[in-house]
Amino acid sequence: MRLDYIVDALSLAADSRSPLRIRGAGSKDFYGGMLAGDVLDVSAYRGIVAYEPTELYITARCGTPLAEIEAALAEKGQMLAFEPPHFSGATLGGCVAAGLSGPRRQQAGAVRDFVLGVKLIDGAGQVLDFGGQVMKNVAGYDVSRLLAGSLGTLGVLAEVTLKVLPKPVAEQTLLFEMSESEALARLNQWGGQPLPISASFWHAGQLSLRLAGTHAAVEAACRMLGGTAAVAPEQLWLVIREQTHPAFAGGVLWRLALPSTAAVPGLAGLRAIEWGGGLRWYGGEAAGIRDAATAAGGHAVLYRAPESLRCREGAFAPLSPALLALHRRLKKSFDPHGILNPGRLYAEL
Amino acid sequence: MPSSEPTFATDRQLLAANLRNVLLAHCLLSDEEDLRPYECDGLTAYRELPLAVCLPENEGQVIDVLRTCHRLGVPVVARGAGTGLSGGAMPHAQGVVLSLARFNKILRVDREARLAVVQPGVRNLAVSEAAAPFGLYYAPDPSSQIACTLGGNVAENSGGVHCLKYGLTVHNVLRIRVVSIEGEIFEIGSAAPDAPGYDLLALLIGSEGMLGVVTEVTVKLVPKPELAQVVMASFADVAKAGDAVAAIIAAGIIPAGLEMMDKPATAAVEPYVKAGYDLDAAAILLCESDGTPEEVAEEIARVTAVLTAAGASDIRVSQSEAERLRFWAGRKAAFPAIGRITPDYYCMDGTIPRKRLAEMLAAIAEMEKKYRLRCANVFHAGDGNLHPLIMYDAAQAGEWARAEAFGAEILELSVALGGSITGEHGVGIEKINQMCVQYKTPELEAFRRIKTAFDEQGLLNPGKAVPSLHRCAEYGRMHVHHGDLKFPELERF
Repeated sequence: MRLDYIVDALSLAADSRSPLRIRGAGSKDFYGGMLAGDVLDVSAYRGIVAYEPTELYITARCGTPLAEIEAALAEKGQMLAFEPPHFSGATLGGCVAAGLSGPRRQQAGAVRDFVLGVKLIDGAGQVLDFGGQVMKNVAGYDVSRLLAGSLGTLGVLAEVTLKVLPKPVAEQTLLFEMSESEALARLNQWGGQPLPISASFWHAGQLSLRLAGTHAAVEAACRMLGGTAAVAPEQLWLVIREQTHPAFAGGVLWRLALPSTAAVPGLAGLRAIEWGGGLRWYGGEAAGIRDAATAAGGHAVLYRAPESLRCREGAFAPLSPALLALHRRLKKSFDPHGILNPGRLYAEL
Repeated sequence: MPSSEPTFATDRQLLAANLRNVLLAHCLLSDEEDLRPYECDGLTAYRELPLAVCLPENEGQVIDVLRTCHRLGVPVVARGAGTGLSGGAMPHAQGVVLSLARFNKILRVDREARLAVVQPGVRNLAVSEAAAPFGLYYAPDPSSQIACTLGGNVAENSGGVHCLKYGLTVHNVLRIRVVSIEGEIFEIGSAAPDAPGYDLLALLIGSEGMLGVVTEVTVKLVPKPELAQVVMASFADVAKAGDAVAAIIAAGIIPAGLEMMDKPATAAVEPYVKAGYDLDAAAILLCESDGTPEEVAEEIARVTAVLTAAGASDIRVSQSEAERLRFWAGRKAAFPAIGRITPDYYCMDGTIPRKRLAEMLAAIAEMEKKYRLRCANVFHAGDGNLHPLIMYDAAQAGEWARAEAFGAEILELSVALGGSITGEHGVGIEKINQMCVQYKTPELEAFRRIKTAFDEQGLLNPGKAVPSLHRCAEYGRMHVHHGDLKFPELERF
């Protein structure tokens, strides 16, 4: 597939004001608001464009499967440090557009922290290059990072450059039996100490803690923390990343991003805690969950649910009127005719 | 879409009368002698007197000042400590400077949640000092951290020696409270790992005061490493030193700091700080490791092996905290040390892919001959961020113009080598012409549309960071290659 194909598709859609639904592998069709418009399949625009292990960056086209990117990185002992979920065949474009990060986010940062540059095709069919391939670049507004998590509402992320990192030389996973509140207290206490914690997962009375770094650091942390060593830890973190772990089962799943120390009293249905306490998963209808999350200083996403419920409730927490007005103006500046993934992020965008 | 800068004709008396309605006398400066200290920031080569300086003491007054300026169509330039190096806080002749100097309180340090809530006028180092009793600190550390403010750091997305491992300001700020030019308050981000909607935090950080005025910042605090140790390696050849940097990364090591100084730089700083630098070396590398004592010992051993294999002629490892600080003293004092051997110097800020280091340094050596000026090089080798220090004498006719042209050529070469015109100082007024080299018309137009989404009349810091297309057309006229005229759609002056 050539870039011109996407450019032409967008220009045509802009001329006829027909909405487009940008799609890679479709692995995140479940995520976000309404799916509207003709499908613009960009999965064939693929391939790694540049990979410089010593410069710590990789540039690839949007349709490139994450698996292909990670295989190339693994050959040089490197990784996508934000550990994105693959679900079924996720592509780079969708990974950045959705902005979902995996277990290592608590230590390494989120998708947006690793975006160095993008080639974007906006809603008028213009090809725009923002950022670049160097780690420090403060020329112009940081549009590249703005696009992470924008769910394709500002343009097609035709090509993305990501910062990559070396894989840790040593890794160990420890298990602890403890309650939800004890886990939160411990995670916050450990978080304030120089410990190489690269992931945490609490579910049904068990806390799993992954340590990663130099051999010396991991060994010292294991001695200090106690616990029991996990059997098949790679498999454990894989099912957590891919959300095939039983904690994520069920028809309706809420994702709450909260301050790591926040208590959310009286809310039923807690399934799991990740990211040192910053990410919590709830199941079921969970009445009042959005208000509770806001009151606790965070927000709730209706993450997995029937489309009718997502469209009724809104997948994402509503914005203040001032912020929504700003979002509308920004959306208009990139997508003047409103053809890109309308309703996927907010009904108003 | 306006392609030229808006022009302003402010009624000075009307402005003064309106500002007096919202600010007490001690919060408003308008006499020339009081305005003089605000005529420039750290880039002293460019100066302009504002019509007034506002020093609000609370958020309500910030809102009032912005509403006043919005109503009267008066430009506003926000300012922290004024340590910026690209003229981002240079005043507008028809506008006011909005100083956040009195917003200097640390509102909260939360040990358990590992964050601090501070006002924008708080100094960078003060945050780490306040967090120190809890074993925590704020990681981004610009060289000016003793004086520069968090508000300024947010505006410029400032970096420092520890960026390679700990990231820039954008990676370490959780939430900001912003007042728009209309006087409306936005809360962007939160203490949670992410926030709903577009990542406006990423957009605002580094926006050089063009999109809003920050009145509160929540920053992430991280555990202070138990130990830090530094390896100092000498190289007989600059290219070898550059290869050594790549070899460290290729070995899977991300040091806490990885800095390089060339021979002219070490020659200038050694008499000043007596750090014990190898004066025979063409370049020296400083590589810091931090963590637990076991971790540091393991990393130092690996780094030393890599540096030896890469052909280092001499390697020394700091054996005490005092020695570590002495090794760093020269790097940290490079600017004042250069200042001692030349009447003036001009510090540049290009970023290039690391593998092009040797090429860039050879080109700079050629430019020294071309412009008949000396240049010393200190840089963040780990992330390819160069700080060439061009030495000149402003009292000699033509030297500043030659220094400026020298600097511009370095920035344009940075872009040609695959890098950027600024890694941490910002575009400001200084590099505004080079923005026309790094970005093409569609991107510049996109930047201007973003600006318009936040600030329709273009009142916040006009003339900075994002050039008008007319400006690029004029600048482009001087650089016609193969007869290709840039921006052919625009009228020429």
